[in-house]
Amino acid sequence: MPNILDIRRRIRSVVNTRQITKAMKTVSAAKLRRAQEAALAARPYSQMLTNVLKSLIKRANIYDPVTGEPLHPLLAERPEKNILLIVITGDKGLAGAFNTNILKVVSKFIASKPEQDIDVECIGRKGRDFMRRRFPAAPTRRTPEDIQAGAAPVQSEAPRAGRVQITGEYVGVLGKVDYNFVAALGQDVVQRFADETIDGVYILYNEFKSVIAQRLVVDHLLPIKEIGEVNISLAEEATEEERKRAVEAAKTAGVGIRPVDTRAVDEAAAKFATAEVDYIYEQPPVQLFSELLPKYISVEIFHALMESVAAEHAARMTAMDSATNNASDMIDSLTLAMNRARQAKITKEIIEIVSGAAAQG
Amino acid sequence: MADTFQLEIVTPQKQMVKDVAAEEAQIPGADGYLGILPGHAPLITELKAGALTYRAGGTTHTLSVAWGFAEVLPEKVTILAETAERPQEIDVARAEKAKARAEERLKSNNPDVDYDRAEDALERAETRIKVAAEK
Repeated sequence: MPNILDIRRRIRSVVNTRQITKAMKTVSAAKLRRAQEAALAARPYSQMLTNVLKSLIKRANIYDPVTGEPLHPLLAERPEKNILLIVITGDKGLAGAFNTNILKVVSKFIASKPEQDIDVECIGRKGRDFMRRRFPAAPTRRTPEDIQAGAAPVQSEAPRAGRVQITGEYVGVLGKVDYNFVAALGQDVVQRFADETIDGVYILYNEFKSVIAQRLVVDHLLPIKEIGEVNISLAEEATEEERKRAVEAAKTAGVGIRPVDTRAVDEAAAKFATAEVDYIYEQPPVQLFSELLPKYISVEIFHALMESVAAEHAARMTAMDSATNNASDMIDSLTLAMNRARQAKITKEIIEIVSGAAAQG
Repeated sequence: MADTFQLEIVTPQKQMVKDVAAEEAQIPGADGYLGILPGHAPLITELKAGALTYRAGGTTHTLSVAWGFAEVLPEKVTILAETAERPQEIDVARAEKAKARAEERLKSNNPDVDYDRAEDALERAETRIKVAAEK
């Protein structure tokens, strides 16, 4: 017969666990809301920058009139021999399959490029740990501090540690995404692309439009095909079940599941630098264009980071919601077992008394 | 003609200044400072690191901006700045450290040092320190 005291202890422990998971869910929901606000606040800047670039394209000759080749190095396509892959994961676990799913796509992506040398830069501890177990580190490997201090780009003369090697590890930058870091990273990436150390840049992250619209994407960052357009080369949609659970969690946590309305913001941004007037250009448009284009890359990376952070919080919220539900189910079935055991004990005692009395009478 | 223009300052993190009616502004253009009054001719310019000042409602405000970009229209000025900080937000200790580091890099004679970048960093740090002193 199960011991009533043991079951009681067990119930108490599960109740405690449920309290923790519930608290974590609430915290994640609050963080998700903040991340969504931050993403919205970042929108005008990226939209305006995109618009300026688009309008400058019309004014400046960015293509060679004779050959039709783009004059700016960031637009130039060349055969891909060395690829840079930027992987964005979370720093922390307990977020369901969030990190695992990303890392699965990493393996898939690397497998899909068997001919090329791949440099990997990891943003987030989970991705770094995963890559470290599989691939060697490059002779020089940068940290957020190196990037911020403006360290020289990785030297290409150094022998490669392997076909796939880790050239950068950025851990602890996700808590509060600092634009200065992202700008420095973007500059570094652009520099390496312009030096032809790398021929293509891909960024892998969890795209997050809203709780119901998210997927894993590999965005082809460089060379730039078309400004303002995300150039997706690989996408993995969330499964129906994952989506259903996310919606469930969002509802109970009071987080909106629809995409945030950005129309007003976008409309205001669309007016930037596109008025129907003859502007005086303090600098020639071509020069402006080449100054602005690298910033565009930084903004894209920033954008990816913001979405990934929001997605991570959403994933944690969902995972903790499931955990809370599971704990509740467990408490119910344990309570049932305990009541049964108690009843059995009482019945047994009654039988003992009755049969004792019968024996005496 | 109106005697104010609408000023907006946008950074990647947030909209620093939104819908402010300013009487005048001084912005650090890449080729030199520009003074802007209402009714200015349409203009587009790149910004370098420097102090941006504007006067709204009689009080003068100063911001430290790093790289940026500005659009000037007769009744509206929009500034895209990679970073913009009010004097009280500036971390002077950090700026001093960044300045020292940039100076060291410039003096180091190391072939790996990217001088343009170090010089940019130095300029940014110096601007920050200067603006912070104005609060």
